[in-house]
Amino acid sequence: MAGLAAAFGSGAMTNTIEDIGVADVILVTGSNTTENHPVLSSVVKRAVRFKGAKLIVVDPRRIKLTGFTNLWLRPNLGADVAWINGLMNVIINEDLYDKKFVENRTEGFEELKKAVEKFTPEKVEEITGIPARDIIEAARLYGKAKAGSILYCMGITQHTTGTDNVKSLANLSMLCGNLGIPGGGVNPLRGQNNVQGACDMGGLPNVFTGYQPVTDFDARKRMEEAWGVTDLPDKPGLTVTKMIPKAHDGELKALYIIGENPLVSDPDLNHAEKSIKNLDFLVVQDLFLTETAQIADVVFPSRCFAEKDGTFSNTERRVQRIRKAVEPPGEARDDWAIICDLSSRMGFPMPYENSQAIMEEISRVTPSYAGITYDRIEHVGLHWPCPSIDHPGTPILHGEQFTRGKGLFHGIDYIPPDERVDQDYPVYLTTGRVIYQYHTGTMTRKSEGLNECAPECFIEISPQDAKKYNLDNNSLVNIESRRGQIKAKLMISGVAVEGTVFIPFHFAEAAANRLTNAALDPVCGIPEYKVCAVKLSKAA
Amino acid sequence: MEAQNSITINGNEFLFEPGDTILEVARRNDIDIPTLCYLKGAAPRGRCGVCIVEVEGQDKLPASCSTLAANQMIVLTESPKVIDSRRKTIQKMLSSGNHNCAARGSDNRDWTAFQLNVQQDDKSDQLCPVWGDCRLQDLAYRYQISATGMPGTIVEYPMEDVNPFIVRDFSRCIMCGRCVAACREIQVNDAIDFGQNKLSNKIIAFDNKTLKDSDCVFCGECVQACPVGALVEKDVRYRVRQWETRKVRTTCTYCGVGCQLYLHVKDNKIVKVTGVEGVAPNYGSLCVKGRFGYNFVDSPERLTTPLIKENGEFREASWDEALDLVAERLKGIKEEYGSDSMGVLTSARVSNEENYIANKFTRATLKTNNIDHCARL
Ligand code: SF4
Ligand code: SF4
Ligand code: SF4
Repeated sequence: MAGLAAAFGSGAMTNTIEDIGVADVILVTGSNTTENHPVLSSVVKRAVRFKGAKLIVVDPRRIKLTGFTNLWLRPNLGADVAWINGLMNVIINEDLYDKKFVENRTEGFEELKKAVEKFTPEKVEEITGIPARDIIEAARLYGKAKAGSILYCMGITQHTTGTDNVKSLANLSMLCGNLGIPGGGVNPLRGQNNVQGACDMGGLPNVFTGYQPVTDFDARKRMEEAWGVTDLPDKPGLTVTKMIPKAHDGELKALYIIGENPLVSDPDLNHAEKSIKNLDFLVVQDLFLTETAQIADVVFPSRCFAEKDGTFSNTERRVQRIRKAVEPPGEARDDWAIICDLSSRMGFPMPYENSQAIMEEISRVTPSYAGITYDRIEHVGLHWPCPSIDHPGTPILHGEQFTRGKGLFHGIDYIPPDERVDQDYPVYLTTGRVIYQYHTGTMTRKSEGLNECAPECFIEISPQDAKKYNLDNNSLVNIESRRGQIKAKLMISGVAVEGTVFIPFHFAEAAANRLTNAALDPVCGIPEYKVCAVKLSKAA
Repeated sequence: MEAQNSITINGNEFLFEPGDTILEVARRNDIDIPTLCYLKGAAPRGRCGVCIVEVEGQDKLPASCSTLAANQMIVLTESPKVIDSRRKTIQKMLSSGNHNCAARGSDNRDWTAFQLNVQQDDKSDQLCPVWGDCRLQDLAYRYQISATGMPGTIVEYPMEDVNPFIVRDFSRCIMCGRCVAACREIQVNDAIDFGQNKLSNKIIAFDNKTLKDSDCVFCGECVQACPVGALVEKDVRYRVRQWETRKVRTTCTYCGVGCQLYLHVKDNKIVKVTGVEGVAPNYGSLCVKGRFGYNFVDSPERLTTPLIKENGEFREASWDEALDLVAERLKGIKEEYGSDSMGVLTSARVSNEENYIANKFTRATLKTNNIDHCARL
């Protein structure tokens, strides 16, 4: 997010899902698309299979999409900046970049050029393990494409260098003039259904709705007027990854958690658990008595998506309706209704008749949602920005100019991952998802069929490593990092790369995040889930 | 003056674009040519023989799904010849396998023996599981066909129900190939195909394995595409009838693609999910989570009342009591330690409206900007 916003002025997917289908070249990195965004992955697969699009997959694991390409680059974990710089090095040296675009629409090219100079294909091979000729081939392919689309997900962002990784992808796309055109773009795929909406709606410490900064005097004045309050705080708040340590130190006293389960999803779980237990007061509002809810002081039962009206904004910025289909269990209430009621009891009434009334207020205070009404999205959702009631929405961003005016190149150097393997912890661990489970499993693990297909945690390991550490398929294995240890079954698989094991993070009883590293990206506070060092041994 | 690209269908003249098939021109102009194997988004196969039409000057009846419209072509979609051919095609399909709906006909002697057989195969004494929701049955009614007196066929392949999601009932398969097209051309999962040689009358997963042991990822695209009762959701089969349900359109609650789907509801319970066809972003497709991951909704583990912890144990509480308690505690903490000693984690799971309210509550009521969500996690 922060990376794209710095380059373009907006952090969302620049193009639409359907639009990927008209790309000539699709570069997928850090996204196990077939598992995490299955229906979107079909758009990619159809483009390759039936429309002659070329696919470049950059991923350490032999993910399914690698079966759809001849150009699979397999970088060492955490070496993303290096291979992206390598691609740009070739593209600039071979004069494949879009000079007109660079000249008219961007700034900072000289800085970029200097930064990527030393990333020759040979040097990049040294850092990343990707053969120099593959770097060259990928660079030529992407560089020559009429429209090249870049898709990425957590595999790019969940690193201490996550923001740098994203800025680098933005560099690459701008360099080749792939922004503002059909089939182009830099497209972050959102993991959960309404990540986009949570960000759009001010679920972030530094912005109100529509990314209006809390530090901006005019924005605060507008909100104060709209809400009928004074003295809105003007200092950005804490990110979740900063709240946890503050809770640990006793500076944060109360936490109100809505529909999240940080006690399985948080990095360095052991620390998070201690921190949250250290709070004076914890309120959790959820569907289930999750691991986090269990340690709360008060728990409120809320309604699920099928029990309420409202909207979600999907990964392509499309605002779509959800509708009530069934009655909620017992006394469960809408999340908004609970909070409004609570607010009234705290002396600030927030009365709304229904979710539609809330959306009307959202449109009033959010320029990018100004034209969005329930009536207009009854049948088909609209892409924001949609600044007025007769505006058709904006499927492709940055058409004439970038949100910030000119696109900004960032010269970025390669920084190795925070934790590296050594004698004591000789194997890299990376975490991710499997298709049958979702996030911390609060919902999927209660759906029998899904659970039957992926019932338990596993450690995916390459045949070479299994042999090296003398471990048997299906045997129970201890896996230990500097922060904790878990047990899980071993799964020997050709998907894994030598020297790295993979664990899905959906399972509370063997939570992979007991092992992962909480070192944060300095800009956007995303923890380094994707790389940490571990050791393996037979479980007694 | 004759327009350059003009075709006459059932006596009316229509313009078309080069590359349009007869079927496309007809559908665009509300002429209903029935189809079975045709699947939008996939290459037409001209396989089932239902969409055939009569073209002036041609003896054979071409399949309208795979025949391009040509200038000055004259087409009849419901001529006696067409109807006769369609009836034979449909009758043949009806008489093969276990199509025990009313369309099978009710010549008594014949029906009883047949029905007893089917009941044994099905382990149910009811009529076909998709009765009333079947394209073949629709066509049988439309063209007034019954298979009375037609010799039945022997069911060669046993039903496959070893996975949690999909029942494959080969006895009702009409080999239209829609499932194959759905799997290979729409989802591009390449899990199933037409069998070869001895298995040429069966749709098979690789090596004739069960779906569970194949590349199938249980997206269910094939189930939604199957026009008959050969592919049915396991939880729906013989438990839910289409007319007992109502459909509510909504957005999937799992990943950020935001697929549009219908929740099929019976007695306040979601019993089935289908993709909404013809609209972005998913055009009818879903994945295993969106299509089959709805059981959590009525899980007995759902929270039903507010809970307050006392001496380390939760007890149930009324809304009034719980809300008052939280309001008092938060007010107290705000007074004693200041606004910035409080934080809110809102959710990438809940709606925009709810996130907006969380944002307003944090900033305007608690007076802090300490709000975030776990999306970065
Ligand atoms: S469920 Fe999906 S993957 Fe499996 S056979 Fe059907 S279409 Fe193919
Ligand atoms: S299973 Fe259904 S869709 Fe597939 S060939 Fe048979 S009848 Fe057609
Ligand atoms: S059906 Fe699958 S791909 Fe579509 S939104 Fe739901 S989880 Fe995502």
